Amino acid sequence: MSPAPLRINAFTASSAAGKGVKATLEALRSRKSGLTPNDFGTRPVDTYIGRVGGVETTPLPPHLKQWECRNNSLAWLGLNQDGFIAAVSAARERYGSTRVAVVFGTSTSSIGATEEAYANLDGANRFPAHLRNPLIHTPHSTGEFVQRALELEGVCITVATACSSSAKVFGQAQRLISSGIADAAVVGGTDSLCGSVLFGFNSLELVSGEPCRPFDASRSGINLGEAAGFALLERDGPGPALLGYGESSDAFHMSSPHPEGLGARKAIDAALARAGMTADAVDYINLHGTASRKNDEVEAKVIGDLFGADALASSTKGWTGHTLGAAGILESVITLLALEHSMAPGTLNAMQLDSVCGPQIRIENTDASLRTGMSLSFGFGGSNCALLFGRGE
Amino acid sequence: MMQARIAYIDGIGVWSAALPSWQEANRILRGEIPPPQEARKRPSPELLPPNERRRAPDTVAVSLEVASKACAHAGREPASLPSVFSSTHGDLAITDYMAETLAEGPELLSPTKFHNSVHNAAAGYWAIATGCMRPYTALSASHRSFASGLLEALVQAQSEATSILYVAYDIEAQGPLSTVVDSTGRFGCALVLNSQPTRQAKFSLKWNTRDAGNPRDSIPGAQCASLVAGNAMAGAMTLLELLALSEGSCTYALGPRLELELEIAAVKNEAETAP
Repeated sequence: MSPAPLRINAFTASSAAGKGVKATLEALRSRKSGLTPNDFGTRPVDTYIGRVGGVETTPLPPHLKQWECRNNSLAWLGLNQDGFIAAVSAARERYGSTRVAVVFGTSTSSIGATEEAYANLDGANRFPAHLRNPLIHTPHSTGEFVQRALELEGVCITVATACSSSAKVFGQAQRLISSGIADAAVVGGTDSLCGSVLFGFNSLELVSGEPCRPFDASRSGINLGEAAGFALLERDGPGPALLGYGESSDAFHMSSPHPEGLGARKAIDAALARAGMTADAVDYINLHGTASRKNDEVEAKVIGDLFGADALASSTKGWTGHTLGAAGILESVITLLALEHSMAPGTLNAMQLDSVCGPQIRIENTDASLRTGMSLSFGFGGSNCALLFGRGE
Repeated sequence: MMQARIAYIDGIGVWSAALPSWQEANRILRGEIPPPQEARKRPSPELLPPNERRRAPDTVAVSLEVASKACAHAGREPASLPSVFSSTHGDLAITDYMAETLAEGPELLSPTKFHNSVHNAAAGYWAIATGCMRPYTALSASHRSFASGLLEALVQAQSEATSILYVAYDIEAQGPLSTVVDSTGRFGCALVLNSQPTRQAKFSLKWNTRDAGNPRDSIPGAQCASLVAGNAMAGAMTLLELLALSEGSCTYALGPRLELELEIAAVKNEAETAP
């Protein structure tokens, strides 16, 4: 028997679409994209990016200075929205500091700091003095920073499965809580723009020179973005519910999806099975929808096959860009906002949907009462995750 | 006394320059035989076709070697097992390549190196090589990576009532990165864990977490510690030594005030009930 669904009693996200849930919701409603011409780094790739303003001017407080780097500044900026730190403090008081786990998702973590060090090596091929700090040159940099920032003292793990990272954290947190290892969990993720991903996706010829247009017939690739988002999971409470999660592997290719979306289907089926629901009970689906030719083609087919014509499905990457390891939490928060505010966002920037799209995929926003929402995340290495949420009380 | 949860260890895999297989490691760790004189630089996992064996990143070569050996030891088909992969630093050679190329000529970045740079590359290659569509995850937790990954594998085994593959590995830091990141050599180990006692069970593993003012990582015997000294995943040697000795208990720090307690005992019935 599945345990009772966990409650999400606090959540927040910051991306190019806005800092915190209010600004994010406003951008979704007004269909205002956060994508701008790429101005990141000294030799910018010709593309658009979803950059969060003010990261460079968000200093870490003195007691956290040793974690100073751009990714951790973005995480700190994200933590400081929507009263999230206060909500976690209250949970820490309720349960104890070792009973609130941190399960954190990221793809590249603070590798931007490592890139910066290599660009500024001293005469002896060593890192410049201010970057000679092991804490920020390892994948767990931001996960550990988040635990310290929230003054928690129990389990703290980084999940790094590329673009499914901060979706899979929900499943891991559910397991930790249902097995009694923790009473609550902070889940979330942060990924920030860096040379590795801008030039890396460019080398794979997946980056678009224009604002990305998910599911459009003439879409031309992805825009990279950055985001930080967090959620507090507990056994009880008034918040929306984590009804189910499903994980799978494509076992197909490191950087291309399974051609029939077999892994994606397995993840969706597993999430529905865990929730004891069928596909027709899902009101809104936030798609992975990167605007790459291949992802959107495969995903549209999966959605068309599995869901009824009434389902409202969309990609919100036209607002935010593809925030990689942070996409799972960002799009989970967008899904929770859709449920709370009875508004299914559409697919910004898409003008003429690809003929492979079924009636589920919407360009325009739709005002409708939504009881359940699903968020889909698929990553390099064929790592898939589907999350199913239910509206709060 | 620990309020125990229990899992069973059905299979073990290990590889480092000084520990070419679990069967040899078992005797080396007990002091029955010395480590091999001529250390091998890198494993050659038979799971991959010969040309891919050479091209595979070190993290992939090490983790596929130990994962496939653990599955064979457990008598399990790899495609049947969900898995947890844990690495402190991921592929440090690729990180060095990426950062160096970005500094010198970012337009020349290799797309293959880029997609191999993800932390879940080893898990992804494992899934592809074995055709396994069960979920995997790829974790990191600084100096607590071995224990944190093991915890997730144990939690999954318990909460899903399943068998699961756990793989932990780290490799040597390269280039300028090696001046801030401490890790030497190539080392990996893998366990097939089972929530149920079956005829494949080699050891029982009692475990739990507990609050601790000053959580401790137990230290293996000096001889064992020296075999993979310097590798970021060397903490795994504490558990491997207990497995070689067929009994004992240890602790690992999981957080600033939380530790993982483990207690190993041999399962005696293997010989009688094996097919």
